[in-house]
Amino acid sequence: MHLEFTEEERAFREEVQRFLRERLPADIRDKVLSGCELTRDEYQMWQRRLYERGWGAMSWPVQFGGAGWNAVQQYIFEEEAALAGAPRLIPFGLKMVAPVLMAYGSAAQQIKFLPKIISGETWWCQGYSEPGAGSDLASLRTRAVREGDHYVVNGQKTWNTLGHYADWIFCLVRTDPQAKPQSGITFLLIDMKSPGVSVRPIALLDGGREVNDVWFENVRVPLENRVGEENRGWTYAKFLLGHERTLIAGVGTAKRELARLKRTAAAERKDGRPLLDDPLFAARIARVEIELAALEITNLRVLCAERSSQAPGPEASMLKIKGSEIQQDISELLMRAAGAYALPMRRDAMEAGRQADPNAVNVMAGYLNQRKLSIFGGTNEIQKNIIAKMMGL
Amino acid sequence: MDFDFSDEQRQLNDAVRSFLAKEHPFERLLAIKRSGSGWDPKVWRGLAELGVPALNVPTALGGLGYGPPETLALMDACGPSLLLEPVLTSAVIATALLNEFAGAVPAADLLRSMARGERIAAVAHFEPDARFDTRRVTTRARADGESYRLDGHKAVVLHAGLADTLLVSARTAGEAGEDHGVALFMVARGTPGLRLEEYSTVDGQRAAEVYLKDAKLHAAHRLGSADSALRAIEAAFDIGLAASCAEAAGIMQAALNATIEYLRTRQQFGQPIGRFQALQHRVVDMAIHLQQARSMSYLAALRCNSADIGERRRALSAAKVVIGDAGRFIGQQAVQLHGGMGMTDELQVSHWFKRLTAIDIMFGDSDTHLQRYAALSVAPPV
Repeated sequence: MHLEFTEEERAFREEVQRFLRERLPADIRDKVLSGCELTRDEYQMWQRRLYERGWGAMSWPVQFGGAGWNAVQQYIFEEEAALAGAPRLIPFGLKMVAPVLMAYGSAAQQIKFLPKIISGETWWCQGYSEPGAGSDLASLRTRAVREGDHYVVNGQKTWNTLGHYADWIFCLVRTDPQAKPQSGITFLLIDMKSPGVSVRPIALLDGGREVNDVWFENVRVPLENRVGEENRGWTYAKFLLGHERTLIAGVGTAKRELARLKRTAAAERKDGRPLLDDPLFAARIARVEIELAALEITNLRVLCAERSSQAPGPEASMLKIKGSEIQQDISELLMRAAGAYALPMRRDAMEAGRQADPNAVNVMAGYLNQRKLSIFGGTNEIQKNIIAKMMGL
Repeated sequence: MDFDFSDEQRQLNDAVRSFLAKEHPFERLLAIKRSGSGWDPKVWRGLAELGVPALNVPTALGGLGYGPPETLALMDACGPSLLLEPVLTSAVIATALLNEFAGAVPAADLLRSMARGERIAAVAHFEPDARFDTRRVTTRARADGESYRLDGHKAVVLHAGLADTLLVSARTAGEAGEDHGVALFMVARGTPGLRLEEYSTVDGQRAAEVYLKDAKLHAAHRLGSADSALRAIEAAFDIGLAASCAEAAGIMQAALNATIEYLRTRQQFGQPIGRFQALQHRVVDMAIHLQQARSMSYLAALRCNSADIGERRRALSAAKVVIGDAGRFIGQQAVQLHGGMGMTDELQVSHWFKRLTAIDIMFGDSDTHLQRYAALSVAPPV
């Protein structure tokens, strides 16, 4: 029993740190560290640099051009990249559609799509949720009807993250309305430039442009863009849920934001002294730091269990719940640390493309935005239902 | 990183579990508690045969020479059984303290017989106004020729009445709150001037107020130097704190398992109450607390004897916060989800709850350690 990383793992960490020092542009780093949004180009440029280093897809097998890293290496990379202020990896192509294509896609689909995902050339988005199908995803109603060698798709997807940047969307659509809800669903790949696709932003509480409604009006999708078999889409979507869940806790990001919280609390004044010296506020920070320290070990325990191929339990859902709560707590403390300056909603200070302004107070938007963490990817309440089921209740 | 038990740790954990399953079922615990004796020497002898009191004694003194990771494996196994015997008090804390002075003949002799389970020792350190601050010692030791004379009052000393020897801290110099000036004495049972006022604690352990009035001790019974024993005492309590975290994790697992089982079997409104989502989510919250607590019990075990005192204290305070919070939540909710039955003495869940409550308080509760952690670590990163 010990907590130390192996010599190889430590060397790997140094290699990652070196890469980040050399290849992460300072302006992007500063934006990330001060909570600003990034442009499509900035995200893609970062993906391109990772790709050039051979790290474009850390979890993919080598045969598909991936780095073939094990779970511990991926964890180390995520942590270092987050701490350094690297852009987050956009998961929709890399971590969502790609594993499905590798497992269930045709050779032609793999050849067509995977290389452009890893290079960052193609931006993917997700078409799962609908106005009437959120947690109850299987009740989705977007309809795909076969007409010759095409499907004709009609319906509406929602909570589509960064779809306004996307070239392609992977969708769950209903192909058999008569079957049981889970049995009549098909997994389609749709070109966002297809006639009949329209994207409209959803105004959010923080004022940011992040999610969209996507409409499909008689959109013609070639049969070759169906993944796997017709009406088996639910199986493929569920496969995704069990995939790459050990990074779900966001420990690296939480550490980065905790450091930001401490910097902010050290700079803010109360009674002429740093807010960090206020016993009540210091105790609040200490509590979340302790929770995060525990989560980090819990996460490492899950990684080790996975490494020794112990059967996965409900841990991933637990990591998601606790990780989201901790990140939300940190964002709340950041907001409270700013005092009255939490009130100004300075969108101008954080909008994509703007030069990062370290003095801009945009902690409120961050606090508001982070409420999503316990909602997306299966609400924390849904996660609890899943865990309870696994515990035999 | 490796969070698995070694083969030896696994064997120890298994051996203790199967011994306790056979020799210390819940009915046995209830019988011992109701007898008022406070412990069962037969259980203690059985544990001694398994090597429990020898675990942390150096091999040169007839012990097994193990350390915190094995202690974790032991305490995790002991936790669910709620042993009343002085495993934590004597086999972990007093042993750790004596190990610091194992070069001295009286300490070595005592350790030898403790390893065989023949003698029991307890540390009498904290005082009524100390509130978990190890430096707040007011008990005085006055040099008197070849002897010392001790005067003072030690509070809530666990297993003091069972102990053949009390390890008593006292000031030869300095004032309460100072690091310097604390000495440690071996005080044998029956020493004139030593008086115990015994009672039971909430979790059924025996404890006592220990009064020293002009208690005369030969200087040979002083362990180590006359004024710098505090470091050793703190080190021993840190090892005890880590052990209590492992014990707590074991108890929390048992309380969670029992609660899940109860929810699966208890029927109301024509169905098992585990079908109700409000209760399901509560159980999941318990399970998450348990995982966080278990993680911190590992951290505590791996850091409790670290030479870097700052790192050690940070880790232990962090662990104690998580263990305290988790223990309170799991204990309270285990009672809540068992409904009225959780309130009864008849079910083990109420006993687990009481022990978890006691562990939260021992060595300083969550708030105490939260403050300590904040004082040690909430500095802005460079």
